[in-house]
Amino acid sequence: MRKCSRNGVKLSNQKILDLTKIMADFNWLTALFGGVLIGSSATLLLAFNGRIAGISGMINGAITFSKQENWRWIFILGMLLGGIFYEYVLAPQPTPKSTFAPLAMIIGGLLVGFGTRMGSGCTSGHGVCGLGRLSIRSLVAVLTFLTTAIVTVFIVRHVLRLSF
Amino acid sequence: MKEQLTILLSGLLFGLGLGLSQMIDRDRVLGFLDVTGVWDPTLLFVLGGAVTVTVIAFRFILSRSQPILANDFHLPTKKDIDKPLIIGAIIFGIGWGIAGYCPGPGITALVLGIWNPILFMIAFIVGSLAYKWYPK
Repeated sequence: MRKCSRNGVKLSNQKILDLTKIMADFNWLTALFGGVLIGSSATLLLAFNGRIAGISGMINGAITFSKQENWRWIFILGMLLGGIFYEYVLAPQPTPKSTFAPLAMIIGGLLVGFGTRMGSGCTSGHGVCGLGRLSIRSLVAVLTFLTTAIVTVFIVRHVLRLSF
Repeated sequence: MKEQLTILLSGLLFGLGLGLSQMIDRDRVLGFLDVTGVWDPTLLFVLGGAVTVTVIAFRFILSRSQPILANDFHLPTKKDIDKPLIIGAIIFGIGWGIAGYCPGPGITALVLGIWNPILFMIAFIVGSLAYKWYPK
């Protein structure tokens, strides 16, 4: 992790540059279509197999390596194949490789693993599927983790001024 | 066999959706969470697109007595808003804000051949097992 050392003038120039870049990169139609695919995936899994496409639960079940949970590995395999098909066949340009941030990955990963198991779900389980079922419990979870994540990013980027 | 095929296809659509919407780029996710910085609205469209589909489709699916290829729907049974739900969501939110990955993008980003998602997923599993084995 390194400290940001930007002065006021530089920051505003940088902001305009960043904004231009984001507007150029941002394609709301592709984002929306990607979201529709994720929703369709959850729809298909529920309609045919009666299962919820919650990814934290998918991993937690898969790593029990028990026979009745083996189907979860097939779903995870599909997620990897879908990623490969996008990145190496469809992608107009390669997905940007984010800065190598081992400490953030380890701390963040531990918290996400612990928290999603404790709160029984993540962005897909509570977000995509829970909201789809009109579950109040999931709505509360989504609002809680979205707010907390926004506050965390604010503290990391604008109070501690860390960039990683 | 048919069941496995629909599971694989659902997984494939999920991964494809995460790729297309660029949620496998953690800078996009962090850009969405950084509301006071240069805000990147991508995630809003992704979640909006996904939830629009599920809200409409789940109504029809769950009005049936059973899924097409299985005997029962396996739905979460908990309804109460309890302490573990809130504290768990808070811990998850902090981790998400630090790493920029949640579990879905963490898995699919493994195909990018970079270290970040690999470390994230290993730590995820350790954290999840820590809660499982934590004496309650």
